[in-house]
Amino acid sequence: MPATDVASVSVRSPNGAVPWARRLNPRRAAGGGLRYLVLAGISALYLFPFVVVLTTSLKPADEIFTLPPTLGAKRWTLDNYRAALEAMPFARYLFNTALISSITVVGQLLSSSIVAYSLAKIRWRGRDALLLLIIATMMLPPQVTMIPVYIGWSKIGLTGSYLPLLIPQFFGSAFFIFMLRQFFRGIPEELLDAARVEGASDLRIYRSVVLPLARPALVALSIFAFMWAWTDFLLPLIYINDPDQYTLSIGLYSFFSEHGVEWGALMAAATLMSLPLIFVFLVGQRQFVRGIALTGIK
Amino acid sequence: MHRSVLRGLLFASPWIVGFVIFQLIPIVASAYFSLTNFNLFQDPQFVGLRNYQRLAGDDLFWKSLLNTLYLTVIGVPVSLTAALAAALALSMRVRGQWLFRLFVFLPTVVPVVAATYIWRWLLNGQYGYVNEGLGALGVGQPLWLEDPFWTKPALILMGLWVTGSAMVVFLAALQDVPEVYYEAAVIDGAGAWAKFRHVTLPLISPVILFETIIASIFTLQYFTQAFLLGQTRLNSASGGPENSLLVYGLYLFQQAFINLNMGYASAMAWVLLFVALAGTWVLLRVSRDRVFYAGD
Repeated sequence: MPATDVASVSVRSPNGAVPWARRLNPRRAAGGGLRYLVLAGISALYLFPFVVVLTTSLKPADEIFTLPPTLGAKRWTLDNYRAALEAMPFARYLFNTALISSITVVGQLLSSSIVAYSLAKIRWRGRDALLLLIIATMMLPPQVTMIPVYIGWSKIGLTGSYLPLLIPQFFGSAFFIFMLRQFFRGIPEELLDAARVEGASDLRIYRSVVLPLARPALVALSIFAFMWAWTDFLLPLIYINDPDQYTLSIGLYSFFSEHGVEWGALMAAATLMSLPLIFVFLVGQRQFVRGIALTGIK
Repeated sequence: MHRSVLRGLLFASPWIVGFVIFQLIPIVASAYFSLTNFNLFQDPQFVGLRNYQRLAGDDLFWKSLLNTLYLTVIGVPVSLTAALAAALALSMRVRGQWLFRLFVFLPTVVPVVAATYIWRWLLNGQYGYVNEGLGALGVGQPLWLEDPFWTKPALILMGLWVTGSAMVVFLAALQDVPEVYYEAAVIDGAGAWAKFRHVTLPLISPVILFETIIASIFTLQYFTQAFLLGQTRLNSASGGPENSLLVYGLYLFQQAFINLNMGYASAMAWVLLFVALAGTWVLLRVSRDRVFYAGD
């Protein structure tokens, strides 16, 4: 319950009755208006950068640098989008990024879920210790392992390919394992016992009882994994050199390096890069938000 | 009994194998590399603790550590306070509440590279909208990206736009505060602030501690936003004006992947690990009497 909900709490009688009184209370009506004002103000602050990006991306070059800066324009144009698409092989970057993100999702779905099953649904000695170890690895700064892992990939000649980004995804990630484990624990044991009585193996119970019931958590994992892979910057920066293999992140970075002051085209490119993620988020927002609440981290 | 252990290990084996290959062996290797000179092309040369001694006398190392501590000590409380304030506002019961929540969360979804460039435009000293707004309010118009004093506040400001995930966690925590506590507080004559201070804050304090630890650990690893805000050309890995954006992760990256000082960079990674552990320990220590666990 909201702590700031002053008005509605204060009109209530101690026993919590007379709910209809809320509607009649003039103080509450005024509070309602104030609340909308506060929320609209906050929303405006968060949405304003989007408005700037969109308008900048739709302005002709000579109208972007105006003093004072304005949101309106005399003429709107798609030229910046055309310029961005001509200056870089956007479709190619899009394909590369979508490929990496999709394989990441598949890898994490397969690996994290089966490990989470072991931690949540198989009773074995050492399980709690393993969970503790998995959680502890989340505290380890990636910088500690980054250099030896890079050296390892370079020794077997795989830097410059996607494999250093993709192969680790098939070994589960601490965050996803923890998230799924929290969810799996909520699945009633009775359902599993029923299957066990019929002689089903753990692999079978995992596949045909737990996974189907865990759909919301698996969707949340997919959205997270997809978004992180889509956004990732450091690892592609380290491992990918060939411009044909650039992801959108690296593509936008190299575009800025060459065309820094062309803000119209840059904002157009930033818009194009963000749209797929915003779409994924809007479609799956419920599961996404639930996933955050389930683990406490993004 | 034994069979169940075997099954448990078997199902957990993907993570265990991955842990050994991608974490355990690299941790040991990293500890060893930190004691060597190693440029990737020749075999590592054992030099004992010399890398650590050199770090102690390296001005840029100290500069980068202080830059990162600045972001952690100032940036984390600022952004968590903003996230909590937003969560409090967004838990007010109004029609269309979900829409407001959506608006505040939406920026968190924008890819970090796009978001950073968006802010480079917003914070542009001359044509930027932020300074336009500050000018209208009659306050100063700093050169966010050029003045070494203002580059880190610029990073913190950027971070305020993407506090969505902490906000969602706080929203969930606020929802778990039982209504009866507020009612009891009202009977005792508590106003809005007293209710927040004596009911809400103690009850959500474990979540605040948890978020503080997580956010601090992430901030110690901070890299991409500083790299992109200070970027002048391809692979410049510049530290921005007077190295004011040279955060720890960025200096480590320079040493490892631009200068190929893999040994030196490994020593830096170990220092970071100890800073992270020490910081977590201090947080847990300091918060011991301030965090309230409902079960106690």
